[in-house]
Amino acid sequence: MTVQELISAMDLTVFHLAQPERPISGCYVGDLLSWVMGRAGQDCAWLTIMSNQNVAAVALMADVSCVILTEGVQPDADLLRRAQDKEVNLLGIGSDTFSAACQLGKVLA
Amino acid sequence: METIRLVYPVEGGDLIEAGEASSKMKLTLKKLGLPQDVIRRASICMYEGEINMVIHADGGQAEVEVEADQIVIRMIDTGPGIPDVEQAMQEGYSTAGSTARELGFGAGMGLPNMKRYSDEMTIDTEVGKGTTVTVKIKVPQ
Repeated sequence: MTVQELISAMDLTVFHLAQPERPISGCYVGDLLSWVMGRAGQDCAWLTIMSNQNVAAVALMADVSCVILTEGVQPDADLLRRAQDKEVNLLGIGSDTFSAACQLGKVLA
Repeated sequence: METIRLVYPVEGGDLIEAGEASSKMKLTLKKLGLPQDVIRRASICMYEGEINMVIHADGGQAEVEVEADQIVIRMIDTGPGIPDVEQAMQEGYSTAGSTARELGFGAGMGLPNMKRYSDEMTIDTEVGKGTTVTVKIKVPQ
């Protein structure tokens, strides 16, 4: 499944979409940035409530396919700018993290 | 292939801006056509090193050597040094302050992640003088 297809399937909010055709191969949920870098797999969708600009750097280094901000969290202006700079797919969803992860699990199955 | 040497200054103090050196290195490694997994591992190692330098040592310098069969990254600082390296290598141990933690860092995973993603890692440190963390990442032939 591509990021673009996931956006349609889960009705995600698009904050920045740099690589719509990027494939998604799994999911990781977490807010501690080093934990994410240590555990998240390449090309996964990363669910988090962290919205500072370090999120874009972590997404870039860890090579995740997209970041999904859950719970209706909005990216701060610096995060949005950095996602644009670094070509990071930055998305959002209004539901809580658990519901979003369950929905993602079904969509990817 | 001739060894390519890259040097990046790491600014101290500003955790929000951290990651610029790693981002630049990642772009260069991509241009050199290295395997994606190698680039990912090198980028994570360097980013963790950068974060450590900003939190603990007020910045420093990153030196990268790209050779045909490996990438060597040296994170060099003149910070306070690490009194107990074994303790610092434990997952979950951290001396980072509240600002770093609020931003999502300080989970005590920095050095462990550098070890996890490298093939070889050495720490030269002296209290009051500074720390150099060297990681080597093999490039599959």
